[in-house]
Amino acid sequence: MAIFLTKDSKVLIQGMTGAEGTRHTARMLAAGTDIVAGVTPGKGGQAVDFGQRRVPVFGSVAEAMTETGADVSVVFVPPKFARGAVEEAIDAGIPLCVVITEGVPVHDTLRFWARAQASGRTRIIGPNCPGLISPGQSSAGIIPADITSAGRIGLVSKSGTLTYQLMYELRDIGFSTAVGIGGDPVIGTTHIDALQAFQDDPGTDAIVMIGEIGGDAEERAAAYIEQHVTKPVVAYVAGFTAPEGKTMGHAGAIVSGSAGTAQAKKEALEKVGVRVGKTPSETARLMRDTIQTP
Amino acid sequence: MDLYEYQAKELFARHGITVPPGQVAATPQEARAIATELKVPVVIKAQVKTGGRGKAGGVRLAPGPSAAEDEARRILGMDIKGHTAHSVLVEQATGGFEEYYAAYLVDRANRTLLAMVSSEGGMDIEEVAATKPEALARIPIDATSGVDLETARLLAARAGLPEDVQDAVAETLVRLWEVLVEEDALLVEVNPLACTSDGRVLALDGKITLDGNAAFRHDHAAFADGSDDGGLEARARAKHLNYVKLAGQVGVIGNGAGLVMSTLDVVAYAGERFDGVRPANFLDIGGGASAQVMADGLEIILFDPDVRAVLVNVFGGITACDAVANGIVKALEVLGDARCPIVVRLDGNNAEAGREILSDAAHPMVRVVTTMDGAAELVAELAAA
Repeated sequence: MAIFLTKDSKVLIQGMTGAEGTRHTARMLAAGTDIVAGVTPGKGGQAVDFGQRRVPVFGSVAEAMTETGADVSVVFVPPKFARGAVEEAIDAGIPLCVVITEGVPVHDTLRFWARAQASGRTRIIGPNCPGLISPGQSSAGIIPADITSAGRIGLVSKSGTLTYQLMYELRDIGFSTAVGIGGDPVIGTTHIDALQAFQDDPGTDAIVMIGEIGGDAEERAAAYIEQHVTKPVVAYVAGFTAPEGKTMGHAGAIVSGSAGTAQAKKEALEKVGVRVGKTPSETARLMRDTIQTP
Repeated sequence: MDLYEYQAKELFARHGITVPPGQVAATPQEARAIATELKVPVVIKAQVKTGGRGKAGGVRLAPGPSAAEDEARRILGMDIKGHTAHSVLVEQATGGFEEYYAAYLVDRANRTLLAMVSSEGGMDIEEVAATKPEALARIPIDATSGVDLETARLLAARAGLPEDVQDAVAETLVRLWEVLVEEDALLVEVNPLACTSDGRVLALDGKITLDGNAAFRHDHAAFADGSDDGGLEARARAKHLNYVKLAGQVGVIGNGAGLVMSTLDVVAYAGERFDGVRPANFLDIGGGASAQVMADGLEIILFDPDVRAVLVNVFGGITACDAVANGIVKALEVLGDARCPIVVRLDGNNAEAGREILSDAAHPMVRVVTTMDGAAELVAELAAA
């Protein structure tokens, strides 16, 4: 089992004919993803040959869904056009929209998020995220598929490369699903949403949660874990040495005033019984201990 | 990007919000000249991107031009919570007013926008929230519907503003909303928002944080300013590198914001055992980690005179480690001799092949370590030596 994405997911790619879109579509296909369509306005009727599969291109998400039964969209369009692309997917009623695009203005994210809420039909992951992967089943985004294996750990993270690092360190145990929720100030799917899904997933035994400085998502996740999560959770928080007021790469990773520090997040998580690793490697060791001594 | 008060007021004025007449000055003489043109008295305000200016003595009233010059001389160069005042705003003093508070900001937790309006202006709004919550209206605003005059009146009324000023304040609240949305701001705050006895509504102070992601649809480039880092951040920006200068001795390069942040932490932990050495910078070269980007990154880091050892920490995902290793070898060829030791840790796809490439190249300054923790330990030791 897995969360949000399974071997039955039918994936369409918005922006497939762009350089990034084409490159990552090939990688997703190689990872076993059932990619059924590309969507590029004005290029409907064409097709792109990926060797093992010829993927048809449609002019709109609605048309692609009708013709192929796609139920997941992965968005690779540039920031300027991201809001329009995501809103199109929402209006077409896509159940899952994964926004890989980096650099989407926050007001644009707020608007498509409000629209998704109003429609009640679309889960958004991202923006500015690596997407998600259910190893051995499907991959929607840019997470490398060949660094890990299928298994029973669930992972949710703001950071792409830290996700990869943990997936790699725990590759012998394997993952049900790894979800990169993205490092922007406003994101669609949160730590809490993923925790809830992992808690309900019979294919997940334990959860790794990776956070970083900025906002209070980790503190809220801690409160949620205390109330609702019975599966073991191991966490890692990056950014202990980040100075106040400096943005460290992720638009959301900025400490302002006393809020959002790594220390505060670590304490909140430890208070509810979550074991927090000091480094990524120690976090992997904690997960090993947790799985091996239930 | 946080704006200075004078920049925020420039944007307020563009959207029809009244601000006191004034101009920014970088020297005491300029301050005097501006004060001579304005109606006195004037207020001299340190331009720093932090709060607590008043308490630090960075806001002073000057009765005339020569006092303005004296006050500006005292304030310019002043350190306020680690921020140096390089300029002052010289502004006509406003007399006889009530102080209110107004702000819009992004509410990350609820993924919406939030309006905050209070009848208690001029003081720390967190203190108002704690001690007098009934005087602070907090209303979520739907990003798709926004703030119209009706919503603005509701905000003013809920905040407990006197009835006779509600209409005038509401008009300013609508304009302030326009600043937020049309300028792509993540925060706009006016504290105090003044209502004068003759019925005018003015923004006496202003804070704006702009969304860098939206730069493509604005002309905000003029608001950017360099920081006091010996030009390193500017050099990095010119090379499109995501670089932040820090105070330590260990140069850090990695791929991915999260991994680099994590590397800074691990270096700092290791430094606790080696003379307290700390990371000298944040530098994320992104997923591709090509030879050219690696060379650019190493160049910036080695240019920093504080750096005594470098840690390159790369996880090979889409770009496998053999490609990254080739990039490092080429980067070192481009750079010539490195002036300090470089510890490289490669992990992920084809990690062993990558490490072999580096050992074969046998660069005298390069040391290859398998784990992140081990690499941090070694680089801290080398930086402390």
